[in-house]
Amino acid sequence: MNNEKYDRVIALAGNPNVGKSSLFNELTGLRQHTGNWTGKTVDTAFGECKREGKCYKIIDLPGTYSLFSHSPEEEVTRRYIMSGEAELCCVVCDASSLEAGLPLVLQMSEVYDKLIVVLNLWDETEKYSVAIDVERLSEILSCPVVTTSAKRKEGIDELISRFEEDIHTRASVRYDEDIEYALSLMGDDLSRFEKIRIICSKSIEKERFIHAKEYLYAAGLYPEKCAETVSGAVISRAQEIASECVTKSEKQIDRNHRIDKIVTGKYTAVPIMLLLLTAVLFLTVIGANYPSRWLSSFFIYAEGRLNELLILLNLPVFIREMIVCGMFRVCGWVISVMLAPMAIFFPLFTLLEDIGILPRIAFNMDGCFRCSGSCGKQSLTMCMGFGCNAVGVCGCRIIDSPRDRMIAILTNVFVPCNGRFPMLLTLISAFLVFGVSMGYSSLLSSLILSLFIIFGIFITFGVSLLLSKSILRGIPSSFTLELVPYRTPNITKVLVRSFLDRTVFVLGRAVSVALPAGMVIWLIANLSVNDISLLKYISDFFDPFARLFGLDGIILLGFILGLPANEIVLPIMIMGYTGAGTLAEYESITQLRQLLVSCGWDDLRCICVAVFCICHFPCSTTLLSIKRETGSLRWTLAAFIIPTLTGLLICFIINGIGSLF
Amino acid sequence: MEQLKLSDIKVGESCVAEVILSDSDIRHRFMDLGIIKGTKIKCLLMSSYNSIKAYSVRGKVIAIRKSDAEKILVRRCASDE
Repeated sequence: MNNEKYDRVIALAGNPNVGKSSLFNELTGLRQHTGNWTGKTVDTAFGECKREGKCYKIIDLPGTYSLFSHSPEEEVTRRYIMSGEAELCCVVCDASSLEAGLPLVLQMSEVYDKLIVVLNLWDETEKYSVAIDVERLSEILSCPVVTTSAKRKEGIDELISRFEEDIHTRASVRYDEDIEYALSLMGDDLSRFEKIRIICSKSIEKERFIHAKEYLYAAGLYPEKCAETVSGAVISRAQEIASECVTKSEKQIDRNHRIDKIVTGKYTAVPIMLLLLTAVLFLTVIGANYPSRWLSSFFIYAEGRLNELLILLNLPVFIREMIVCGMFRVCGWVISVMLAPMAIFFPLFTLLEDIGILPRIAFNMDGCFRCSGSCGKQSLTMCMGFGCNAVGVCGCRIIDSPRDRMIAILTNVFVPCNGRFPMLLTLISAFLVFGVSMGYSSLLSSLILSLFIIFGIFITFGVSLLLSKSILRGIPSSFTLELVPYRTPNITKVLVRSFLDRTVFVLGRAVSVALPAGMVIWLIANLSVNDISLLKYISDFFDPFARLFGLDGIILLGFILGLPANEIVLPIMIMGYTGAGTLAEYESITQLRQLLVSCGWDDLRCICVAVFCICHFPCSTTLLSIKRETGSLRWTLAAFIIPTLTGLLICFIINGIGSLF
Repeated sequence: MEQLKLSDIKVGESCVAEVILSDSDIRHRFMDLGIIKGTKIKCLLMSSYNSIKAYSVRGKVIAIRKSDAEKILVRRCASDE
């Protein structure tokens, strides 16, 4: 790494959820997503901070509680600080719960002799009536203490000005006499932290430290015992310091506690959660209609222009049609159906995230998920799945245990995402509630839609249970969850962040697959052998197989070609049924119904299609995310096969039972 | 004084951690949360639907499952101690 152009390299460390990433953003002007829950940053991010002719490199480390644990975040942090790149370290603490942040400060003081303690979220101390004696704290820790509020942009300049200060931090934890003696035996060329790591570890056996280790063994301090004594000493010291510098009232816990009592209450918890979910989904589905329509008419207009342009360029008709009616139309279709719901859903979700309500939902739901061998945080990734399964899959990072995380990733697709909602709604209104008088039909269709969603949730539980009993066997691991304090969200930030981080991200991935897929779809529909199109050949080939499951060849082909985005599954089916050479929209529900009925659809097939819509392979965007999150082709394949088999099995049963009547 | 499990502590009661049983993995988790011998813990919430409870530990609110909370032996104490 070439760091010559930087005056200093500075690491930012801290517990999870102390506003570290917000602070990093303020310092560097970079935009990292921040949310009111723990464990967002998994890799290190770095940015530049320029001030008064100086240029600093700032490294944002993942949130950690200590340097001695085994989670991946802590591993990243530990490896980074061992690399010795940074010469100065800022440890960020939540000012209103300083005691929880101090152990990390104390551990860091054994690594770095240049340490700055940042008391972030300082504005909240007032609200919670916490008073901190900053000078005394600075004196005890022998390092500068800066109070900041990244939200209000306070204290940032002071923090930067301290970067140039000459700092000599001394480690202020005294361990057990035996440990201190062993440390002194180990020479001076290693930092205290590294020495402690060596004596606490069974695996590191360095010849030259053998006498220190032998001494400890003789004193009965085996590595395990050492680690415990050391951590204990750090925590006790943190407690001592906190009791000396902090005075607080119980008000903080009180306010949160009052809200928590309602949100997790016996009679209020379930209605509140259902209300939130319904409200978010309702706003998304209803609100997305208009912008989707605008976008779609825009793309129709653009398609005309593009066509004219290509005519001017004198391209062969075949190529021109492939580009316009194939690639461009599919791509425009995906964008116009996908963009609007996501642009509404994700800000709403981010809002809930920022307020801090999500951990409470995980708290309420943990029991259900524990029974199915997973943990409560899975409910959150499922909620994200409603927006987009790809985001839901990425969101599984918040789950600590690798086993639970894998279960959540593999089952996320059973939650119907925004892309599948419109299809489900259309099918319901064309068949299941067709003919019901206007007033009732919308009520009835939302009821049936909820039933399908609940069905998906039950499948999730079932498959989770199966997975945890079969390929992911193991004891449900320990699960702890921090119920973070409620915070007032910053609305504009929520809008910008959720749009940039999630919507654009998903859209980008979708478009990159929609372009080639558009070409393939067009080719299949337009290339023909003996005057019969390829599409007909393939769908006829699938037909007998698909009929076993209450589907038909065109439907199955629609799902397969719809791999890039579930939004285009229905248009592809219509294309197949009408024999058109390109994606087609239907004029009205009645017309759609007539078309489908003439192709042999009935209520039973509609149900089978809806079920298969919920339980089938994830879209390519989601598969890409799964590949990235698991880092394994095998698990990605499993994520493809498991839902598909489940869907086929259920359809087979439904079709079998339905055919009896 | 009688020794209880953390999971036995009811909402509103406080206790002091005495012994932490269990394997090293969950032990590390507890230490990260600042739970060692002598740490004061107050039970704040109980979920009505399952066996998870929320505790106040060092100014933070942490939810711990019953199966994990059983690994911490505690001594009951007065709330304002």
